[in-house]
Amino acid sequence: MFPTAFDYAVASSLDEAISLKAEGGDETRFLAGGQSLLPMMKIRLATPAKLVDINRIPGLDVLERTNGHLRVGALVRHADVAASDLPAGAVAAAAPWVADPLVRNLGTLCGSVAHCDPEGDWNTVLLATGAEVVARGRGGERTIPIESFIEGMFTSTLADDEIVTEVRIRAPQGRSGGTYLKLERKVGDYASVAAATHLELADDGSIERAGVALTSVYSHNLKVPDAEEALVGEQPGDEVFAAAAEIAAAACDPHSDVRGSADWKRQVVRTFVRRGLASAADQAREG
Amino acid sequence: MEISVTINGTTRSDDVEPRRLLVDYLRRTAGLTGTHIGCDTTSCGVCAVLLDGVPVKSCTVLAVQADGRHVTTVEGLKSNGQLHPIQEAFREEHGLQCGFCTPAMMLVGSALIADNPAPSDDDVRWAISGNLCRCTGYMNIVKAIQAAAAASTES
Repeated sequence: MFPTAFDYAVASSLDEAISLKAEGGDETRFLAGGQSLLPMMKIRLATPAKLVDINRIPGLDVLERTNGHLRVGALVRHADVAASDLPAGAVAAAAPWVADPLVRNLGTLCGSVAHCDPEGDWNTVLLATGAEVVARGRGGERTIPIESFIEGMFTSTLADDEIVTEVRIRAPQGRSGGTYLKLERKVGDYASVAAATHLELADDGSIERAGVALTSVYSHNLKVPDAEEALVGEQPGDEVFAAAAEIAAAACDPHSDVRGSADWKRQVVRTFVRRGLASAADQAREG
Repeated sequence: MEISVTINGTTRSDDVEPRRLLVDYLRRTAGLTGTHIGCDTTSCGVCAVLLDGVPVKSCTVLAVQADGRHVTTVEGLKSNGQLHPIQEAFREEHGLQCGFCTPAMMLVGSALIADNPAPSDDDVRWAISGNLCRCTGYMNIVKAIQAAAAASTES
């Protein structure tokens, strides 16, 4: 299989990439890892007129902890995140479970974020931990909280001329823990169901900050604020975790498909959120 | 578009359409049919090659992306007429049945042992988790990669 014909340009700077994209509008797509875009082009789900390859732009491979954030540049591959000691909690837990080892060698975290696939892992993780997307266009740079970046299935709030230059993932503060539990039929398959959890504890041991988000059970990666609010201020424990899990199970809207029935997926959400929160709390107490 | 790619140590230049996939470039243009096409949907891993030493699925890379870079295919594993230790080990340990996934398994295995000279069972299984063997011959594939690691350490 091969894609429909397209023009191809290698950008040597961000400015060049942005101006090429601005010229072509939504018929032009950026090519980073290409591990979602090229498969979609091969089955003609995507038929861009032009690809702007950003892989040779210097400086986009930054991966560092700074100012309370983990900065992940546009060309940082999933494998780089998985191999690094810098990520913590849900980010560290999710990295080895994105796609498969070969795809992780090329696919990028920022590309996955921009793609907004409701079955993608990273946006769920970012919704749980907190993150900002840094976008640059002809008008300059802006930072977009992940909650307002994701608009819907395969849709972000990026403008036509904008590119995601980096993602800033909030670094957990104090005693914290996080998990990403993912059920997949085989390595490399999309999640049948996955859940990210994040907890930060106050000095008195109560929950100061909580994150709960879900993959593959809604039309986009789903943050569950009601579950988070039910946790904040409480002492960690089985009852509050079960209550939060119940809220998450009620908030999602899974569909029955080859991966399982809607009822079963909802039950997996219930189990993963409860189990993930318990494990996050254990990490926080030990840390 | 004119590209220049170093394949198994030899640099060649070709005029390719941007939509040409790296796997098709290797098989049809360069005539290196050791790189197989399996699912063609980024799932099975049999088209794996090393791009600047890193295993990737060549059905999900454009040939133009390889411009100026080094590609290693199964044909490039041997050197000076001698099989690579991973090839010897696959032969000794019966690491193949039908042979379809074997080029990719050997390339992924060779990249693993270059990084990790004594991989555990879990290390190997994790490294090849993006590669399917439809004969389900995984036991001997794991043994072969470990044997190659041991042989490489000795030599």
